[in-house]
Amino acid sequence: MKPSRSVTLVAGFLLAVCFTVSASMVHLVDRLYPRAAIDDVLYLKAPQLKWMCLGYTGLLADIYWTRAVQYYGSRHYLGVPSYDLLAPLLNIATDLDPKLTVGYEYGAAFLSPPPPTGAGQPDQAVALVEKGIRANPDKWRLYRCLGFIHYMDRKDYSAAAQAFLRGSKVPNAHPWLDLIAGKLAQKAGDIETARMIWTATFDTAEDSSTRENAAEHLVAIQVAEDVTGLEKIVALYRNQTSRLPGSFGDLAQANMLAGIPLDPYRQPYVLNADGTVVVRRPERFKFLEKGWPKDYAPPITARN
Amino acid sequence: MNHRIAAIASNTFREAVRDRVLYNLIGFAVLMAGASILVGQISIDIEKLVVINLGLTAVSLFGVIIAIFIGIGLVSKEIDKRTLYTVLSRPVQRWEFILGKFFGLAGTLAVNTVCMAAGVFLSLLYVAHHLVKNDVSILVALYFIVLQFLMVTALTLLFSSFSSPLLSALFAFALFVMGSFSADLHLLAGMTKGLNRWLIMAAAYIVPNFSALNVISSVAHGESVAGRLILANSAYALFYSAMVLCGAVLIFERRNLK
Repeated sequence: MKPSRSVTLVAGFLLAVCFTVSASMVHLVDRLYPRAAIDDVLYLKAPQLKWMCLGYTGLLADIYWTRAVQYYGSRHYLGVPSYDLLAPLLNIATDLDPKLTVGYEYGAAFLSPPPPTGAGQPDQAVALVEKGIRANPDKWRLYRCLGFIHYMDRKDYSAAAQAFLRGSKVPNAHPWLDLIAGKLAQKAGDIETARMIWTATFDTAEDSSTRENAAEHLVAIQVAEDVTGLEKIVALYRNQTSRLPGSFGDLAQANMLAGIPLDPYRQPYVLNADGTVVVRRPERFKFLEKGWPKDYAPPITARN
Repeated sequence: MNHRIAAIASNTFREAVRDRVLYNLIGFAVLMAGASILVGQISIDIEKLVVINLGLTAVSLFGVIIAIFIGIGLVSKEIDKRTLYTVLSRPVQRWEFILGKFFGLAGTLAVNTVCMAAGVFLSLLYVAHHLVKNDVSILVALYFIVLQFLMVTALTLLFSSFSSPLLSALFAFALFVMGSFSADLHLLAGMTKGLNRWLIMAAAYIVPNFSALNVISSVAHGESVAGRLILANSAYALFYSAMVLCGAVLIFERRNLK
């Protein structure tokens, strides 16, 4: 039987209208639910998931890892300070696929740093990486990651030295691990050790984002060193002349500087009236600890 | 293979193609293309892992679904349409009919798997830009998936030889689920004592051991599969399928078709 043209038109029109209305209803219903409730509803533990996925655990682990990335990314982007589901999501992903080394490395980097950069849960990050090491004892990068958390966020230099030392004993480990362990044992919190750790990270990182991140940290270390040195020269000038220099030119005239000092991005440093030294374009730097202009609010940044 | 079995097998293959079974390849292609492009944007550092995990999981699940839903109708459809009587009125034995159906569906699944495997490797080339030596293990995982299809096909034929399509689908799917956890059954048997231990152990040996054929997660991490495991799994799948087919033949030989 030939289909009626009028019925086709009416049915087609109704289909389009009904789809539009139902789509807008979905949008409305979605807005009426609080986000946290949806997250909680979707939360299942790894043993249940293993059973439900009929042994196809690898794919489910990838989905949970992606979910953890999205969870961290959306909270970080929106500036929401709590990351309650991050550790459980990472644990599920790595329970489903214990060899998912990216989950341990990046997961710890999401968990460990203090807010607003990360979740501020360094102990959870240590537990995650230790779990990764138990499942993958031959992956030296996990020891590097563990040492990094102890060094950067827990400030436990002895534990950091231990982690780097354990990593250095893994076959094919990067030789830097042994050197860092030794350096940490001698001088824990000094600038040279920090430079060494970030240089090792830069040299051994496989992905470009980690390498760029390490490079930013090395730049920040360079600025901290420059600013400390320049402020020492300013203090020396003040001792000799009983006044602060008006500019770097005064220091050059007093043969204390060879010329106008430049930051790692080849921009001249700025000498303030109170004798402090700052960078000219602070927006170009991500991880400065020294050299910020007083009225400048540093942006939220991400680490490794 | 004798020419009567070959004729039934080729007819089964043609029928499956006419039933648009290979249309699932379109869905698979969309899935792989979407995953290859999207994952890099929504996740970190797992593009290759996802292509392998998703690709092989989809090959396996699509194939099992096809094996179950086509397999359950292989005998009952012929009875409903009364074409079975025409076939059996010629010099064709009942066991030849069962074997022909088995090889026809297995062939369909093998062709389907080869096309999907090409899709997986193309997606892999797209995300990784080159293939490495360890990617050969993906072929082993695909081979294990084909072995899994042989076992599922044999099981659905067995159920189809004495039961209705709906019940056959239920039985086959239940055995697929149980077979996916056969390793857990072995563990459970080790933890119990007495009669329970023997019953669970018997169940663990009767249900198909699909968990041993699932190496998707390890090959996704670039791990190689031991040659002995390949041999042992091949022998297991072939003997298990043969055992189930013998069961199907025994039942079908005695079935009253009047």
